[in-house]
Amino acid sequence: MQFMLLFSRQGKLRLQKWYVPLSDKEKKKITRELVQTVLARKPKMCSFLEWRDLKIVYKRYASLYFCCAIEDQDNELITLEIIHRYVELLDKYFGSVCELDIIFNFEKAYFILDEFLLGGEAQETSKKNVLKAIEQADLLQEVSTQSVTSEHLCKCIATPQ
Amino acid sequence: MPAPIRLRELIRTIRTARTQAEEREMIQKECAAIRSSFREEDNTYRCRNVAKLLYMHMLGYPAHFGQLECLKLIASQKFTDKRIGYLGAMLLLDERQDVHLLMTNCIKNDLNHSTQYVQGLSLCTLGCMGSSEMCRDLAGEVEKLLKTSNSYLRKKAALCAVHVIRKVPELMEMFLPATKNLLSEKNHGVLHTSVVLLTEMCERSPDMLSHFRKLVPQLVRILKNLIMSGYSPEHDVSGISDPFLQVRILRLLRILGKGDDDSSEAMNDILAQVATNTETSKNVGNAILYETVLTIMDIKSESGLRVLAINILGRFLLNNDKNIRYVALTSLLKTVQTDHNAVQRHRSTIVDCLKDLDVSIKRRAMELSFALVNGNNIRGMMKELLYFLDSCDPDFKADCASGIFLAAEKYAPSKRWHIDTVMRVLTTAGSYVRDDSVPNLIQLITNSVEMHAYTVQRLYKALLDDISQQPLVQVASWCIGEYGDLLVSGQCEEEEPIQVSEDEVLDVLEGLLVSNLSTPVTRAYSLTAIMKLSTRFSSVNRIKKVVSIYGSSIDVELQQRAVEYNALFKKYDHMRPALLERMPIMEKTATNGPTDIAQTNGETDSTILDTKHLPSITHPASQVGRCNYHICFCLAGIPPMTAYNKNGLKIEFTFERSNPSPNIAVITIHATNSTEADMTEFVFQAAVPKTFQLQLLSPSSNVVPALNQGSVTQVIRVLNPQKQQLRMRIKLTYTHKGSPVQDLAEVNNFPPQSWQ
Repeated sequence: MQFMLLFSRQGKLRLQKWYVPLSDKEKKKITRELVQTVLARKPKMCSFLEWRDLKIVYKRYASLYFCCAIEDQDNELITLEIIHRYVELLDKYFGSVCELDIIFNFEKAYFILDEFLLGGEAQETSKKNVLKAIEQADLLQEVSTQSVTSEHLCKCIATPQ
Repeated sequence: MPAPIRLRELIRTIRTARTQAEEREMIQKECAAIRSSFREEDNTYRCRNVAKLLYMHMLGYPAHFGQLECLKLIASQKFTDKRIGYLGAMLLLDERQDVHLLMTNCIKNDLNHSTQYVQGLSLCTLGCMGSSEMCRDLAGEVEKLLKTSNSYLRKKAALCAVHVIRKVPELMEMFLPATKNLLSEKNHGVLHTSVVLLTEMCERSPDMLSHFRKLVPQLVRILKNLIMSGYSPEHDVSGISDPFLQVRILRLLRILGKGDDDSSEAMNDILAQVATNTETSKNVGNAILYETVLTIMDIKSESGLRVLAINILGRFLLNNDKNIRYVALTSLLKTVQTDHNAVQRHRSTIVDCLKDLDVSIKRRAMELSFALVNGNNIRGMMKELLYFLDSCDPDFKADCASGIFLAAEKYAPSKRWHIDTVMRVLTTAGSYVRDDSVPNLIQLITNSVEMHAYTVQRLYKALLDDISQQPLVQVASWCIGEYGDLLVSGQCEEEEPIQVSEDEVLDVLEGLLVSNLSTPVTRAYSLTAIMKLSTRFSSVNRIKKVVSIYGSSIDVELQQRAVEYNALFKKYDHMRPALLERMPIMEKTATNGPTDIAQTNGETDSTILDTKHLPSITHPASQVGRCNYHICFCLAGIPPMTAYNKNGLKIEFTFERSNPSPNIAVITIHATNSTEADMTEFVFQAAVPKTFQLQLLSPSSNVVPALNQGSVTQVIRVLNPQKQQLRMRIKLTYTHKGSPVQDLAEVNNFPPQSWQ
């Protein structure tokens, strides 16, 4: 995967994950064009389109569009499953996720994504394991913000899985 | 200074802004506060401030002043800080930034941190956006982690290694030892990422590929377990066990089996099993089938398996889900060359997809349809494709028209069908056909000799309906210019001949000249067509008038043509018939193709009539429409001369310069006979000195009629690269009053302009 974008029906960006190095200007341009293209699609059209030399896979969940750019050799249908898996993870984490959750907790959305994908590929195929890792990391975060010597507690939680 | 506001509060505030300007104001205010907070080097609130900055960055506002702060957060001991710091790094510190490399040391330390979640953060960051330099520095650490027993870290290290290899391919070797027992893992996460790593290595290096071929049995076993094993809740997706892993294994098998008989055989059974047993009711099952089909088609699978694969695609085509139809068409397009017959079986379904509402599906169906056209199905397919051309989006029309022309050329069952098809395309999508279609079509029409009358009639009728589609108009004008005589004489056999007078035809052509719809190219075509009709029609005066009007046209191209044609009427009237003769059958020149023909089409040039002998006098800038090739005699001024005058036989030379190549002099001989008897079997021969080259074209006839009742003309082309004085020796033979006559003569009185 080269990048993933989440945006609303009004074209507002809610999350952007880039797995290729591009300048800010290029990223903005790509985002703008792609958002326009996808928003112009009619509901009956299929979830794939060719754009520049990439394949774009997108799916709409409620008010949010999830949009991935994959390479020629990548499987479009399984990418749809990847998008679906990410939505399920968000849903489980936030409890019936909606766009507002992602707006107000965007950093958490990134953390979850980074436990699921790495460098554009899936690193963990078990929903349970991804959520467990996030849970533990959240706990670690809580602990480290409390005014208790975090060192000792960190070591406890750091037990390998 | 009061504590900086919390992230959620900021988000809430910004969302209350009613205008862009209001939002910008809030952002600027907050950025100023954040900047001063950064200046104070406040550790407590740095994390909060950077988080806010990241939010504003997502809205599109600049956040570069937070870059160094991200570095400080990464270096902090607090996990919260590191989490936000690494997130900030991934968003703001890509490899193009100057401070990117400053991360290296922090990442290195964190890769060895005692807490696996910290190690995870650094692996993730490195694996998402590490620069080549950073990868080089830290590859060793990644390799170490690839060998750890901690599966949480091992899976991340594998994907991190993939990134390192992509950035610095030379480092691939160093990861080889660590891959030894990657596939013996039970953990799915590690398995999945390991397969990705192996795939990356095999794709990049043929040596690695051969090395890893031995893994095929193991991969097959893992895949088999996934399919056969019972319900595994942890990895289940709609009843299928870990589809992500299945797809990746299938993809790796594809790479390993390609071109290798043994490997392909080893995976044959499992592929058949996956293909037949996978549940197809949901997208996830179809995703696996899709990957399976791609693998079967790429490796050396036996024919039964290939047929199975194509049939799966055929079933996909009938699926309600348009996504499935889309991938089916894409895959069929890839396989249509190699498994043509199998794909043909699904032709009717593919053709139905032309009517799909989705643009991408339509395009693929169109491409596939063209690939499937052959001699047997041409009539049926063409009907569908023409219907499609009528109704499709403008974006498609150009490609569709070109495709139809190509298919028609290859498989036309009859000339009439071919011309009808071409006409249909010109009338329905005439403005979308490519520029090079016009000369190609002209050539097609010229070569279909028996269809000339039919073609010109149909084109004329089309012009009466609509003169807006330029390619159609251009072809039609050209045809009328060539075959106008057939049109007015009503010679059409194929259909009911129409009654049309010369004036009506000229009305139409003149109409094109004045119409706003006509492009300059079209005007040039119609002017030339009108001119050609001067030798085919009797209304010469009308034509003369038209031509003289355009002698003062603002359009330089038209003006030039008109001036030349005027000159044809005045000074060179004796040459006019020969020059404007019917075009002969053209050979398609392989090299220049369209442009070559275009140049001879713009102006009929009978003096250099036989295009086979035409040296490539191609004007470099010539495009189809802008035929710059002038009628050769445009440089008037070289006076004619008498080369021979004896026994009643007079031979006159007239001169033209071949404009693009001034070294070539074109001489036309005119032989006349003032005696009372014809000179029959007349043969004119010529020889030139060594530094010259001579080419003699066919004579107009070999009878020089008596009493100057006519002349025999013949064209000589002389190449004079050294610009030496032209000299010629001529030999004449003929029969006069029953006796053969032969004479030799030297011609030395060439005017200087003819060779200088």
